[in-house]
Amino acid sequence: MYQYDQYDQAMVDARVAEFRDQCERRLKGELSEDQFKPLRLMNGLYLQLHAYMLRVAIPYGTLSAKQMRMLGHIGRKYDRDYGHFTTRQNIQYNWIKLEDAPDILADLATVEMHAIQTSGNCIRNISSDQFAGAAADEIADPRPWAELLRQWSSFHPEFSYLPRKFKIAVIASEEDRAAMRLHDIGIQLVHNDAGELGAKFYVGGGMGRTPMIAPEIRDFVPADELIHYAEACLRVYNRYGRRDNKYKARIKILVHELGKDEYTRQVEEEFAHMKTLGLNPPVAELERISTYFADPDFDQNAPDDLDMSDPDFRIWVEQNTHAHKQSGYAIATISLKPTGGIPGDASSDQIDLMADLAEQYSFDELRVTHSQNIVLPHVKKADLYALWQKLDAAGLAPANLDLVSDMIACPGLDYCSLANARSIPLAQKISERFADVKRQQDLGELKLKISGCINACGHHHAGHIGILGVDKKGFENYQLSLGGSGAEDTSLAKITGPGFDEDGIVDAVETVTNLYLKTREDGERFIDTYRRIGMAPFKEALYG
Amino acid sequence: MANPQFYLREDTPCSDAPIAFADFGDASNAIAVRIEPGDDARSLLPHLGQLAMIDISFPAFGDGRGYSSARILREAGYEGELRASGDVLIDQLSNMRRCGFDSFAPSTPLDENAAKTAFATWDDVYQKTVDARTPIWAKRHG
Ligand code: HEM
Ligand code: SF4
Repeated sequence: MYQYDQYDQAMVDARVAEFRDQCERRLKGELSEDQFKPLRLMNGLYLQLHAYMLRVAIPYGTLSAKQMRMLGHIGRKYDRDYGHFTTRQNIQYNWIKLEDAPDILADLATVEMHAIQTSGNCIRNISSDQFAGAAADEIADPRPWAELLRQWSSFHPEFSYLPRKFKIAVIASEEDRAAMRLHDIGIQLVHNDAGELGAKFYVGGGMGRTPMIAPEIRDFVPADELIHYAEACLRVYNRYGRRDNKYKARIKILVHELGKDEYTRQVEEEFAHMKTLGLNPPVAELERISTYFADPDFDQNAPDDLDMSDPDFRIWVEQNTHAHKQSGYAIATISLKPTGGIPGDASSDQIDLMADLAEQYSFDELRVTHSQNIVLPHVKKADLYALWQKLDAAGLAPANLDLVSDMIACPGLDYCSLANARSIPLAQKISERFADVKRQQDLGELKLKISGCINACGHHHAGHIGILGVDKKGFENYQLSLGGSGAEDTSLAKITGPGFDEDGIVDAVETVTNLYLKTREDGERFIDTYRRIGMAPFKEALYG
Repeated sequence: MANPQFYLREDTPCSDAPIAFADFGDASNAIAVRIEPGDDARSLLPHLGQLAMIDISFPAFGDGRGYSSARILREAGYEGELRASGDVLIDQLSNMRRCGFDSFAPSTPLDENAAKTAFATWDDVYQKTVDARTPIWAKRHG
């Protein structure tokens, strides 16, 4: 894992001091809320329905046990004993007091963490593949590249007042576990013909009210030009992105309105200029960072077989573990989606337990996934049974990864001032309706995603089944959509027709899954069947 | 023409009132010009030699186009006064400095001490920009 040197630590410490001063000026009334807002937002502090909400950055979703424990501590000391892991691999606390915020940031800084640029119109926390460094199918670890970008984007003097927020994801395998093409910039590490590692750039994806899939704008940026190219992409956006209308301000609109070719041409021109300035850190810096992400000390002789005679354990292994690049090891995902629970929530005690287990079984590492779960990336197969038993005892072993109850849901009307409808109670009802794991396994991979309003924090556009809360004459109403995907086969979901009330939408989900069960062909997932037979039969079943 | 509140250059502030960018083409001997966020700083590049002051206006602090304009001018070798005017607040000073501004004319005067602290916010910086500071990565591999 990356470790701060004195420079990184000094940056974060300076920021804590600066924010303490800004909070004091706000509390004394020297700063108006208008002036304070962009400053607190750059430190992850939102004002929500009931309280301040603090969003803590988890760069590329990677945590040590010590950092994880700090997250538990913050929940316990400053919040209501829990935290909420988000789709951007961060954690949010919902009940924060303004006067505590500087202390929280100071606590975080002691474990090399911060809330820098987790909101505001700046470059946000860089996200990545939760299986980075462990996945059998990756060509390199994407995290050193993400860390290089993190440092470059931290307190970037030119790009702190962009037209709108800016999200970057970096992956390094063909399978996309990070919804890479739904980011403002999506980067996929690739080899060129000469076998060198570089970055393929996709620009202009995003969700929100106008979802778009990012087009590829360059097939290869060499390692020693990454920052030049990113800087060029951002400068064109900062200068020409729309600022007249907040809803049209994301880079996706610029790329769409200019056209991909014209945007690319402008970026290339700016890129040529950047290269003359020598702004890119040398490759030695990427190499320095990479040494922190070297493989842990794997046991090369770890046995590869697994006793799966316990049927409950078997289900969990089948559903929640993935192939590791090292034989004898597995990647284990801890689902934060128990039946009837709040997707992504974990209590401080659970957070502590996960930290202990990471220390004991996973070389001190954890990951947060964009579908709001936690990963132990490096578990010896021989340890899986013991691990599972401990998770199960703490309610952390739902065997539902990628199944219908492994939902993404935004905070919705329970917390969010922008919401039209509640997301959490709906997620709870759906998970109760489909509580039977056998039934879920029979339904197979099914990504259900719920947003409480058009901002799409819950990724509903990318759901095999997406649900959007709308306000219909003062009543909460839910629109159903089908056919989205945030994986390498990225697609945007389409609305089925008129919306439903809360009970109606749960029935509607059952109706479409029943149709799938009836019509599927061998090996087809829900999304495959939908793509084969199209919307009409689903409409017929829902409204016919 | 009031002097800028903060002036970080050795020489003295330009006393000419800047003319609007739109009128610049006609006033071929002007030495001071003002650009708005939507104006293309690059179209000034052929005239940099004659300019003693470029005033980049920030009608609203949240509109960050002026930062790009400033850097573009410095990257092209402009060495005259680069003034930030308008909605310029304490918490933007350090970024502005890093993008090449060396003169600051906030529409509401700022607290002198707070500004001094703000200008000195970062001991070290991650990016190489136009302020000639050695970025952290260069120090690491120095
Ligand atoms: C509760 C407070 C929250 C507020 C006020 C809020 C606000 C917003 C807004 C206004 C947008 C639309 C931005 C745009 O299209 O320009 C957005 C998008 C988004 N938010 Fe949130 N959000 C909140 C919580 C969350 C949470 C908890 C998550 C993660 C679970 C999240 C993840 C996202 C994502 C992934 C997007 C879509 C990004 C995109 O459009 O590319 N947000 N949010
Ligand atoms: S989708 Fe809407 S309701 Fe849900 S968190 Fe985002 S802004 Fe709030």
